[in-house]
Amino acid sequence: MVELQGIPVSPGVAIGPALVLDPDGYRIPRCLVAAEDAEGEYARLQTAVDAVSALLETNRLETSAVAGVNTGDIFAAQLQMLHDPRLHAELGRRIREERQSAAYAVSRVLHNYAAALRRLDNPLLADRAEDVLDIEKQLLLQLGAVSRQPLSELTEPVIVLSHVLTPSETASLDRRYVRGFCTETGGPGGHTAIVAKGLELPAVVGIGTFLENIGAAATVIVDGDRGRVIIDPDEETLAHYEERLQQRESLAARLAELKDVPAETADKVRIQLSANIEFPHETESCLERGADGIGLYRTEFLYLSSSEEPSEEDHYEAYSQVVREMNGRPVVIRTLDLGADKMGQRPLAEQEHNPFLGLRSIRLSLKNLDLFRPQLRAVLRAAVHGDVRVMFPLITTMAELRQARMLLNVVAEDLNEAGIPYRSDIPVGMMVEVPAAVIMLDRFVKEVDFLSIGTNDLAQYTLAVDRSNEYVADLYQSCDPAVLRLIASSVKVADANQTPLAVCGEMSSNPGRALLLIGLGVRNLSVPPSALHRVKKAIRSVTLKQCIQIAERAMTFEAARDVDLYLQDRLSALAPELIVH
Amino acid sequence: MNTSPLTRIVVVKNPQGLHARPADMLVRLASQFESAIKIGKGNEHVDCKSILSLLTLGASHGTELALSADGKDAQAAIQAIAELFDSGFDELANTVEEDVRPVADP
Repeated sequence: MVELQGIPVSPGVAIGPALVLDPDGYRIPRCLVAAEDAEGEYARLQTAVDAVSALLETNRLETSAVAGVNTGDIFAAQLQMLHDPRLHAELGRRIREERQSAAYAVSRVLHNYAAALRRLDNPLLADRAEDVLDIEKQLLLQLGAVSRQPLSELTEPVIVLSHVLTPSETASLDRRYVRGFCTETGGPGGHTAIVAKGLELPAVVGIGTFLENIGAAATVIVDGDRGRVIIDPDEETLAHYEERLQQRESLAARLAELKDVPAETADKVRIQLSANIEFPHETESCLERGADGIGLYRTEFLYLSSSEEPSEEDHYEAYSQVVREMNGRPVVIRTLDLGADKMGQRPLAEQEHNPFLGLRSIRLSLKNLDLFRPQLRAVLRAAVHGDVRVMFPLITTMAELRQARMLLNVVAEDLNEAGIPYRSDIPVGMMVEVPAAVIMLDRFVKEVDFLSIGTNDLAQYTLAVDRSNEYVADLYQSCDPAVLRLIASSVKVADANQTPLAVCGEMSSNPGRALLLIGLGVRNLSVPPSALHRVKKAIRSVTLKQCIQIAERAMTFEAARDVDLYLQDRLSALAPELIVH
Repeated sequence: MNTSPLTRIVVVKNPQGLHARPADMLVRLASQFESAIKIGKGNEHVDCKSILSLLTLGASHGTELALSADGKDAQAAIQAIAELFDSGFDELANTVEEDVRPVADP
């Protein structure tokens, strides 16, 4: 049993066999063979060994000729490993007696040897684990157990373990089979994390180097609540987590009963509780859970989940579907937020040194009007089907906001001239995601119909922390007092100008933080569909006065940690049901 | 077997310990004998004809290992293997140059 600690980014518990993705995209399946096929499987292994042996021999001769015998001897040692009698005895036993598939046996046995070598104090020997794993890969390749597109060919439940998982890879995970994932890199606010939450996949990121030591056929527990990953759990641990999994499921069933009651406090203060979505199909879970609307529709996933750049029609189809399905409830469409850690099909900018401070989001849209126009046209066209609102991300200067608004007007005129049905009277909002926007909010507020605070970016830019950088990820805290002050000041400005303000960042999806936001005066929250019930439960468990007390106290702390501990304490007192152990 | 195995203590003399190349040499040599040959320390004794087992011993410079052989040619096996250890696997003369091995990348 190995326990690893990472950063919890998507709550929940997942248990299943490991699917290790390495940078070359190897897939190592886990399966057993029928008794009558065991001999055939063993013969397959022998054929694979012969093939790898021939390859290593060729390598040895060619390398010796080029780089000298000593270097060529690397392969001599590898050949010796490949023909190791102990190795073959173990492989034979696993295949013939335990009926493991050759690939499964190979990956298990060779990973065990590699792990044993790594544990040695001697770095020269520890490095030989590479040689062992190399043999494993060669054998798996020969056995046909290796696939270049491992994630598209799943047939059984797995836990995905990977060095890195991009947001689009995460989005394309087959949810029928992928139960959770863990990665070596990544931070809490990265888009991979957001997507994982959206997909309700328990996930732990930023674990650091660990994949090399994992047996491919290992059983893995992902504890997305605590950021813990357990490889090959002992029986006691496994039983403990299976029980937690059940507890969560029964809590979810109880919370589901809240579906048709409004999100209001015990003293009847109504809170608009909307959902953040990436994909049209998510409207189903939003409606199922009684969302008041879509508070944030992240449109960039149209770019990330297809291999071709989306056309105006693609945009229109996706938006129309969401708007129709939401059946009159408001849908806030955020224009594309590409750049930084997510890119579309074309290289839109030169390799940037600091992409999070670079050409991303609205900046990128305004510099690539051929990309932006079709999207705006599609938004205005889809608006005829319901209550559509458009929102611009990462607005930093007045000029950006005015340019974006102007372009929206130009596009509307084009549609008008072409006689295409559209609506131009839709509310236009901006995201408050940079300190500059908060500082200038008294001006911005005069030129928008609504505001939405994106707490992820706001925390990132306020604290000067690249949230996808694991070296500084611990500094990224959305409850940092500096961030809280910016939120409080935004609420004041919005209230003074009677402009609706929502919080749509990940912050609002945490029940304790949601209560804090309500105490600060926020009346409109947008959360991932998975968090709707929990946040609603928290809201219905408190009075507005209690929320205000929470906010007043929270604002006296000097560190995010103190705020979070306090919120956790209040939540366990006010809504103990929501605390999952 | 009707006779008890022959044993001898050998010492890892080469500075790098029993790494891949010496282990390879050791396996080649041991495999020339019919006898079952074991080597190890404490409770951990491994098959001298298995390179993976030898490597996982993690025997570094100065380690004392118990060598045992059981079979017809046990005497000769012990003698030959002890000599290989004594010679430091030919790594005693030119240690510095052979310190660094390039990474295997077939």
